[in-house]
Amino acid sequence: MRNIIAFIRHFFNLFLFLILMGISLAILINYNQTYQVVFSNIANETTGKVGARYNAVEYYFRLKKTNEALVAENAELRGLLKQSFEGPDTSSIIKIDSLLKDTLGRVRKFQFLPAKVVNNNISDQNNYITLYRGAKQGAKKEMGVIGPQGIVGKVIDTSNNYCRVMSLLNRNSKVSAMLKKGFYTGLVDWDGKDPRYVTMHNVPKSAKVKVGDSVLTSNLSGSYPPGIMIGTVAAIKGDPSSGFFELKVKTSTDFYSIQYAYLVDNMIWTEQKQLEAKTPKDK
Amino acid sequence: MTNLLRNIIRFALFILVQVFVFNKVPPVHEFVKPYIYFLFIIWLPFTIGRAPLMLIAFIFGLTYDYFSGTPGLHTAPCVFIAYLRPFLLNLLIPQETTQLSFAEPSVKSMGWGSYATYVLILTFLHIALLVFIEWMEFGDFLFFIGKVTATTALSLILIFIAEMLFPRKGKYRTNAGFSQ
Repeated sequence: MRNIIAFIRHFFNLFLFLILMGISLAILINYNQTYQVVFSNIANETTGKVGARYNAVEYYFRLKKTNEALVAENAELRGLLKQSFEGPDTSSIIKIDSLLKDTLGRVRKFQFLPAKVVNNNISDQNNYITLYRGAKQGAKKEMGVIGPQGIVGKVIDTSNNYCRVMSLLNRNSKVSAMLKKGFYTGLVDWDGKDPRYVTMHNVPKSAKVKVGDSVLTSNLSGSYPPGIMIGTVAAIKGDPSSGFFELKVKTSTDFYSIQYAYLVDNMIWTEQKQLEAKTPKDK
Repeated sequence: MTNLLRNIIRFALFILVQVFVFNKVPPVHEFVKPYIYFLFIIWLPFTIGRAPLMLIAFIFGLTYDYFSGTPGLHTAPCVFIAYLRPFLLNLLIPQETTQLSFAEPSVKSMGWGSYATYVLILTFLHIALLVFIEWMEFGDFLFFIGKVTATTALSLILIFIAEMLFPRKGKYRTNAGFSQ
């Protein structure tokens, strides 16, 4: 017994080193699974607050760019208003409401919640964004996040007043996408090299792709509404070993200067997921 | 200013500078990322024991990690260099005289040659382990070699600039201050 204690005392530093090393690696490995722990909630709140302070200064210097982006978006949305399509004889009255069903009986599927970006990273291999909107204000996990110009990422963690977003510029992010021309679907991910470009995989070689074509979110992804801009094709690479193209896509969102984003709430997704989670019984 | 206060200020300052200045620099290339935060561990005083040194490094790394969004990724390399630091210092300097008369590792207390070796080895090991953990996740050997080389070089330049900008006086510890 005495020898054991003496042994432990003698190698105390080595043991402490191994324990601390083990803890940090365990945190890293379990990060994605056990991030719901209370500690992370507190940490998220605190770092979010510091980030908000910093952003208050940074925001001021980016006001001009932010304004331009928001004005451009407003113009685009105004173009979609029904008043813009007024015919010679009109009998429609436009009401903007947030009811679950409109008068024609259509169910509202997506709701958009604006949020301010308080922390944003682009220089790592796995980048994350913090938004100033948390569980109290309706942010939920798995919500899609879009900016004025295109998609931004997906919510992975929420605290009371902040939420953490896995940016599109993350090695683990995957978005189901389609080409605007021809509706060929594929998968968009990031290779960790250049924050201005992402890669689109699995586009069949039968697709007639040209540089400059738009890439949109597909209707297969539940987090994003279909048809939201991801980017434009910048280069086309054919993979000789398979029948697929690999497209280099320039993101339409400028991740360097993003200041505002919208959380997308798919209000009827729970039902779809419940159905899909059931084991098929076709026998 | 006492040693304790100075190091608490450094703790906050290094994290804030790394998170809000160097992490905001648009990346030139995927291999190049400016890291300087671990200079905090390199600059810690001689008198801290091995166990407290590792615990401080652990807390420091974890704090930085919560800002960067990847808990554990930078903590492990921080603990690693904190563990190796005392061995390296014992090898590089005449312990008796230097550690009794100077507060912390610096050019003045160790001399140019020893201090440069000390910084070079710790920087290299820190970044090698950091990139190695990333590499385990993504798996690309060229990425490993390229990023370790380029990032170590950039970090050394940053540390050199920091040494030039903030010359520490290398204050002698008098007997009055020596209160253990």
